[in-house]
Amino acid sequence: MAKRTTPETSKILLAHGSGGRLSHELVAKEFLPPWANPILDQLNDSAVFALSRDGTGPRLAFTTDSYVVKPLFFKGGDIGRLAVCGTVNDLAMVGAKPLYLSASFVIEEGLSLATMRAVVKSMRQAAAEAGVQIVTGDTKVVEKGAADGLFVNTAGLGLVPAGVEIGGGRARVGDAIILSGSIGDHGIAVLSQREGLEFEAPVASDVAPLNGLVAAMLAASANVHVLRDPTRGGLATSLNEIAQQSRVGIRIDEPKIPIKDGVWAACEMLGFDPLYVANEGKLVAIVGPEDAEKVLTVMRETRYGEEASIIGEVTAEPEGKVLMKTTIGGTRIVHMLVGEMLPRIC
Amino acid sequence: MCLAIPARVIQIGEQNLGLVELGGVVREASFMLLPDVRLGDYVLLHAGYALQKVDESEAEETLRLLSEMAEAWRAEA
Amino acid sequence: MRYVQEFHNAAAARGLVAAIERITSRSLNLMEVCGTHTVAIFRHGIRQLLPPPLSMLSGPGCPVCVTTNADIDKAIALAEQPGVTLATFGDMMRVPGSYQSLQQVKADGSDVRVVYSPRDAVCMARDNPRRPVVFLAVGFETTAPTIAAALLEAEALGLKNFYLISVHKLIPPAMRALLAAGDVRIDGFICPGHVSVIIGSQPYQFIPQQYGVPCVITGFEPLDVLQGIEMLLRQIAEGRAEVEIQYRRGVRPEGNPLARELVSRVFETSDADWRGLGCIPGSGLKLRPEYKRFDAEEAFAINPPPAKEHKGCLCGDILRGVKTPPECPLFAKACTPERPVGPCMVSSEGTCAGWYQYGSH
Repeated sequence: MAKRTTPETSKILLAHGSGGRLSHELVAKEFLPPWANPILDQLNDSAVFALSRDGTGPRLAFTTDSYVVKPLFFKGGDIGRLAVCGTVNDLAMVGAKPLYLSASFVIEEGLSLATMRAVVKSMRQAAAEAGVQIVTGDTKVVEKGAADGLFVNTAGLGLVPAGVEIGGGRARVGDAIILSGSIGDHGIAVLSQREGLEFEAPVASDVAPLNGLVAAMLAASANVHVLRDPTRGGLATSLNEIAQQSRVGIRIDEPKIPIKDGVWAACEMLGFDPLYVANEGKLVAIVGPEDAEKVLTVMRETRYGEEASIIGEVTAEPEGKVLMKTTIGGTRIVHMLVGEMLPRIC
Repeated sequence: MCLAIPARVIQIGEQNLGLVELGGVVREASFMLLPDVRLGDYVLLHAGYALQKVDESEAEETLRLLSEMAEAWRAEA
Repeated sequence: MRYVQEFHNAAAARGLVAAIERITSRSLNLMEVCGTHTVAIFRHGIRQLLPPPLSMLSGPGCPVCVTTNADIDKAIALAEQPGVTLATFGDMMRVPGSYQSLQQVKADGSDVRVVYSPRDAVCMARDNPRRPVVFLAVGFETTAPTIAAALLEAEALGLKNFYLISVHKLIPPAMRALLAAGDVRIDGFICPGHVSVIIGSQPYQFIPQQYGVPCVITGFEPLDVLQGIEMLLRQIAEGRAEVEIQYRRGVRPEGNPLARELVSRVFETSDADWRGLGCIPGSGLKLRPEYKRFDAEEAFAINPPPAKEHKGCLCGDILRGVKTPPECPLFAKACTPERPVGPCMVSSEGTCAGWYQYGSH
């Protein structure tokens, strides 16, 4: 008894949550119009606004994220660490010093107390590492089957120093593009434990708080124009977002992008492209060319930036698009992720 | 079509099941299509099955030809 | 990663491109039959490196793209049976049938699960004896042996709840149909490396012998593709027409006879409907009578709604190499990767998806 629907989506699909094009469309069509305001329309990792009406004085950064990862514990991290670092990083990506977090738990009935304690402990450790405090929260318990064990939401507040203007629309032609380290680690670490795909990967999630790295970079240079952490949708999606927001072209060099062997191997086996696999402890920085080497050096001397490399540059053409020079010297367009990445045999 | 990737056989168990390794990633594989496989062989892995052994001497030969091409190009450039 | 990374060497690529340039004297159409080759060519930016007189055409070797709406509708009808788990390779999830895709059916509450290996589906059935598991068996000769092996394992385990629906297709009959149709001039074939791992080189002999068209069985790393193209051009330049093997580290002339034997134990050839090519005799696989108890269509009385094609969709012509994606009125307008109308846009190796994602010239 088939539904007579057209291939148009009238339902929310998993793909709407994958961070790619459908996610962007969902936001643009369903959330922005009814709630429209200039702060929301910035569409950066965090909302930035001044406390005073006239826009002067201290500026706050404010962000929120929900974490629904399965499994809850994976090599290199867990949902708790992810929830703290993800929100800390969203604040750091607008140049803010992260200060306070809220934490809301939606717990599936039957979750073991030991599991919950482990998550809470992990959040404490991550918060301590990031130098933030969890100051408020909420707990709800839902019936069995209504949550994958545990869903966590964190919201975060930070302070943006005067003069710091970092955002997706600020890339300029000639800027250097710096990537803080290898891509795909988190996505593959999580995937390797999913049902139906079990394999052992020597790859651990890279989940980490990047505010220390960002602070070091901003201390070294006043010419950091854009910061972005390539989470869902991967590096490709983040670069496309920036190219579109800044109305510039982006060219990157495939041989310059660090990828761990285990990540590449897992991607080859499953038919994934590492450019689209999620990262939770990496950032992309778009920096004025005069400061690129200086920022790179500082990154390499700072925790979580040791493998930083310059991977490309911002160009005028083609506007809104990302091009990549491949290992063998060809050129291809790198699109935003479409739909979910699914393992393939072909 | 089809995605198949060279992987090294690191364990052969019962019922034609075993483990293969590529880039540090370890996965279970079935050797039902390749029962005479041996430890240390490289096989082409597709959808969890080993399809064929990688002929290493042919691989080396192909790579030798390719590196001649590379040398020739470098010499000209 | 051994036997992969070495085949990405930039200097060797330059050398091969230079050789290709030297040897290309006139306008030529080379067809890469296999969808995984289409992806490799786009992903490594190979098209852009080739001299302009060379045209790379994409053939019907994308098993996802050539699956008809009717077949997808059947899979969907099976997924919608109460209590059934439909297991499938990821490739098939987003392909639209006449009315919807498996992904949409999953969103509606049906139990559709993506697996990496057909063995995973057998294990699912073994671990849940009260739940029927139906496997959507799609793919060419590379994949059919893995399905056959999985089915034999299900049989050995005495499983009563494992079924499959076969939409398997065979490559050489499709190549014959393409050549017989004569819609488009093909000067050489890049033959599918992994299909050939199983079937060897003999099944392609009719192509040079009856049609005078050279063939090179090619691997999938970028240097394989370039070397395969170079070998094909050399045959053409020297006036030869043979089946050569570029992918010598994987393909033996005799293929994998045991794999073929397992396939013929479980399956027999049948006529099959290909999107774009119509019905091709002997180009499909169906379960032998002694394995009919594993046939999902026999076990479940499904009644899919009448299949229909989407108006304007040119996937058929594109699969035959007769049209290119920009010539389709729906391309990049009504039909995009987010909202695909036809399968060529869905499959990562579909011609339209390739053009859209990686860009044409």
